[in-house]
Amino acid sequence: MAVFQSLRYTTVSSVVLMIWLGMAAVTAAAAQDLADRVAALAEGGFNDKVTAVGALAATGDDRAAPVLEAMLEGLLFTQREGGSIVIGEHLSRRELRLADAVTGADLGTAGSRSVRKIRINNRVRAAIRSALGGLKLMHPDPAERRAAAAAVLNAPDLSFLPTLDTAIDRETEPDLKTLLGKARAAVLLSSETVADRLEAVRYLGTYTDPEVRGLLGGLLVERGGRQAEPDDAVRAAAAEAIADIDRRLQQWAIVGNIYQGISLGSVLLLAAIGLAITFGVMGVINMAHGEMVMLGAYATFVTQELFRAYWPGYFGWSLAVAIPFAFLVTALVGMAIERGIIRFLYGRPLETLLATWGLSLILQQAVRTIFGPTNREVGTPDWMQGAIETTAGLTLTYNRLYIILFSLIVLFALMLVLRHTALGLQMRAVTQNRPMAAGMGIPTGRVDMLTFGLGSGIAGIGGVALSQIDNVSPNLGQSYIVDSFMVVVFGGVGNLWGTLAGAMSLGVINKLLEPYAGAVLAKILVLVAIILFIQKRPRGLFALKGRAVEA
Amino acid sequence: MATGSSSGYTPLLLRIDAGGWVLLLVLIAAGIGVPYANQMLPQESPWHVPTWLVALLGKYLCFALLALSVDLVWGFCGILSLGHGAFFALGGYAMGMHLMRQIGDRGVYGNPDLPDFMVFLNWDSLPWYWYGFDQFWFAMLMVMLVPGMLAFVFGWFAFRSRVTGVYLSIITQAMTYALLLAFFRNDMGFGGNNGLTDFKDILGFSLQADATRCALFAASAVALGVGYLLCRFIVTSKAGRVLVAVRDAESRTRFLGYRVEHYKLFVFTVSAVLAGIAGALYVPQVGIINPGEFSPANSIEIVVWVAVGGRGTLYGAALGGVLVNYGKTYFTAAMPELWLFLLGGLFIAVTLLLPRGIVGTLQLWGGVLRRRFSSGDRKRGSHGAVAPAPAGGGE
Amino acid sequence: MTTSTRDKLSTSILYVNAVTVSFDGFKALNDLSFTIDPGEMRAVIGPNGAGKTTMMDVVTGKTRPTSGDILFNGRVDLTRLDEASIARLGIGRKFQRPTVFENHTVLDNLELALAGSRTVKHSLFARLSGEARDRLDELLTIIALTDRRHQRAGALSHGEKQWLEIGMLLAQDPDLLFLDEPAAGMTDAETEQTAELLKGIAGRHSIVVVEHDMAFVRSLGVRVTVLHEGAVLAEGSMDAVQQNPRVIDVYLGR
Repeated sequence: MAVFQSLRYTTVSSVVLMIWLGMAAVTAAAAQDLADRVAALAEGGFNDKVTAVGALAATGDDRAAPVLEAMLEGLLFTQREGGSIVIGEHLSRRELRLADAVTGADLGTAGSRSVRKIRINNRVRAAIRSALGGLKLMHPDPAERRAAAAAVLNAPDLSFLPTLDTAIDRETEPDLKTLLGKARAAVLLSSETVADRLEAVRYLGTYTDPEVRGLLGGLLVERGGRQAEPDDAVRAAAAEAIADIDRRLQQWAIVGNIYQGISLGSVLLLAAIGLAITFGVMGVINMAHGEMVMLGAYATFVTQELFRAYWPGYFGWSLAVAIPFAFLVTALVGMAIERGIIRFLYGRPLETLLATWGLSLILQQAVRTIFGPTNREVGTPDWMQGAIETTAGLTLTYNRLYIILFSLIVLFALMLVLRHTALGLQMRAVTQNRPMAAGMGIPTGRVDMLTFGLGSGIAGIGGVALSQIDNVSPNLGQSYIVDSFMVVVFGGVGNLWGTLAGAMSLGVINKLLEPYAGAVLAKILVLVAIILFIQKRPRGLFALKGRAVEA
Repeated sequence: MATGSSSGYTPLLLRIDAGGWVLLLVLIAAGIGVPYANQMLPQESPWHVPTWLVALLGKYLCFALLALSVDLVWGFCGILSLGHGAFFALGGYAMGMHLMRQIGDRGVYGNPDLPDFMVFLNWDSLPWYWYGFDQFWFAMLMVMLVPGMLAFVFGWFAFRSRVTGVYLSIITQAMTYALLLAFFRNDMGFGGNNGLTDFKDILGFSLQADATRCALFAASAVALGVGYLLCRFIVTSKAGRVLVAVRDAESRTRFLGYRVEHYKLFVFTVSAVLAGIAGALYVPQVGIINPGEFSPANSIEIVVWVAVGGRGTLYGAALGGVLVNYGKTYFTAAMPELWLFLLGGLFIAVTLLLPRGIVGTLQLWGGVLRRRFSSGDRKRGSHGAVAPAPAGGGE
Repeated sequence: MTTSTRDKLSTSILYVNAVTVSFDGFKALNDLSFTIDPGEMRAVIGPNGAGKTTMMDVVTGKTRPTSGDILFNGRVDLTRLDEASIARLGIGRKFQRPTVFENHTVLDNLELALAGSRTVKHSLFARLSGEARDRLDELLTIIALTDRRHQRAGALSHGEKQWLEIGMLLAQDPDLLFLDEPAAGMTDAETEQTAELLKGIAGRHSIVVVEHDMAFVRSLGVRVTVLHEGAVLAEGSMDAVQQNPRVIDVYLGR
């Protein structure tokens, strides 16, 4: 940016002139032409050099940038014999490796005496930098082109217009083309012609982008009694465009909040889904449920440590291994808990609550003793990093997207298990009518154990996902326990669709409230709302009615 | 064992069972003896009680009162509140606000009206809800009113819509969790994360003075004693039998024409007031109140005190409050790593192996022995209607 | 409204008109109508799922009907009241499974049921009057539990619990009693005693007995209402009802 700043005050007029000249001449862009322009860099005074730099840049040729860069660094030389232009690379104080500036051909090494440096001054330096900025718009690497376009957008100057036009013509990637178009319109805002400016405003008005809004806002600034934009019509159009953009930005903000809400909802869903089995289906209040999630997260940590130690090359696969591993570990712990504690407490929900709370303290302390009280580092595989960015400033990170997807997969997989497997059938039979199920030869004790194991295992899987976005510490589970119960109770006990609806609506409501109330107050409001809601419908959103409830 | 009082009105003192008498006598002895041993006996004396111990014992008494309040609702009405820590903390905050106002211009910033944290937050005036807390009587009123009102409003909603059992437990937990989050906020005006602390004096007496500590200890003993008598009065009245009826067969009670929600609301509110008083006495003795008191874990811990002591026995709950906290003091100092294992194990062991708690189990054994030795002599034992908490009675 | 229904309205103690209760589309009661006269004892029978329990739930305030009217004593609309208010009006109910306060003594159970103020304030300071004590003694005699008055109700046998619960209903002194299977789980001798007990208290109270046990219903010798799929299928004497082809259909299956 500083480059463009200095450019504007020192060499604007000359650069504009030379680029215009260059553009006019570019029609017959041939190798010879390029060679001539490179040769021109060494001729005449500094004024001539400024012109020559512009002329070279206007070719948009791939070779132009290295030449100009070398010139900027003082590494562009004229050979004393033959007078051809070469790029040098210092091997030592006295020795240079030379390459032909036009063809790039290696010319071997030569003594520093055999070449003459092409001198530049600050004005030429500024011209080169500006020319390089323009050239980057045509750089082969799209990332470079994007950065260059963003730079132009940040400091739009009319001098870029011709380069921009060439760049737009050449550009093949659609989103870069729009970015360049935006930059071009931004540049045109300082055009002398009212019609150009009006057209630029209208064009920019079609974007939904805080940056564009800033550009247009600049037109409405009044400084010292002088309008930044002298023409009334342009100002009116700008104001209208800003209003349009604001409206659309607001809509996008809501979309963004909903996305955040769904993301939060998916996290809640992962935490609550296991609870929907143990609490929803079995009616067991498992206060150690959060610790199952925590154990799942630590299982992920252990898996990753193993990968780091033994198969570092396959680190990207660590999560795929962690999921079944975490399921296994937490399911086994869950089954042990069911056999060791919970089965003695069936029909005594309040006692179950207390005993499992005690268990949660023990599990936390055990993990603290083994792994230490601090957060453990859980890595994110490459394929989960990064984000999709939309023009409207909405960023969808991949890890969140994967978690949303993952939570739904887990939910539907669980539904399939409940509906279509023998275990699922037995599970429903036992929970609906235990004596009858026992009478039909279903081993109810075993089914209880497996059901609880399933619920716990799913909590562990949830822990794998949460390890990607939350701190893995012994307290991980604590932060989810109240929320998970709220989700299950809000959604309606014993109904997985209810759990989904509960998690998503709590997540979305929370995030929609946040901009107005702040994160903490939003959470408090949601809690209070749920407390009031439970008064109204004690059995949740998707409550079963009638006899089933009494059982 | 559970013998009914159907023979007209009995004076309160006759309605106290043996364990209750022990509790009251211990309280009287401690209320007089501990301050005496601290103030009158020389430091060299083996019977001298150092001031730190007075404060620690005072703290235990506050916890005992808190346990008593939980036992009143859980043991006798089956309401497992996982939010009683909130009432305790609110009482504590009300007291803390008074003590903050008593600091006057002796704070770090020397502002005569604003507590230090408000000056720090650049507030220019006292929020309206701090008005009146400079008056002791007003603060004491709030100590009871604020938890009482919260319990009343919360209970009114919850009991009227018949939220029972674990659902009620879960929403009481959500209530205290919401308050925890709220009190962490700086702009709530209660000192945020740090809470209220740096108290100087109470009613003009320095909180650092040994005599003040002794007075606070004695006040705690009196509060626990009076609280016990109040609870005992309630549970031995016909209303107490209605409460147990609600605990054991809510629907039956309703069909007998009792407004179950009124009874629950009454006992829940009384219990919250007791918890608030316990909090108010706790704060000057420990010198700080912060949002951590609202944490759901704290509230659940209270329940385990009651469970350890013996649910539905009142004095057992008080005993449990003291015992578990003594264990906590001892183990967190001696083996901090071990304490959570022990506490967790206690939760499991009590529910699985000792569902009646210490006192309940002793009563059971005592009953068995008595029946074995006094063959068939149906003597009306201890007076009152204390029904043992059912071993399996969840809802 | 026709003259006869107006008559019914003013003379009957319970007037149930076109009551429907639906749970998620399933109609537990479907346009149910019947009346009970003061002092009448009525038996209600019907196969499982006929709506007997729901009928009692609706009258005693446990369940709100989706539509329809229930009038008590010809003027009080029961559909707007909760259980406690309905109980205070003078409608008692015995559950299918005997429900007594197991941790209270037999005497305490009866005392809690005894008619009188039900407010918190009153019960905090309540003392037992001599009159009330006499009444309790009388009730203990009726339900034959005088010897066991100081025992925990939880220690009673199944039949004794049934009687205690009936005793509690009588202590309430209701105008209308609903008894859900009072003879369930009783020995033959106990069943017989129960029938005698009920006959003894009929007349002073209106009684609705819901039963499965046909012999027991026959021994009561009262008017019988047959429910089926949430509506009245037939009504009349036991003999008449048993001859009704529709009733036979329902009980024997089509």
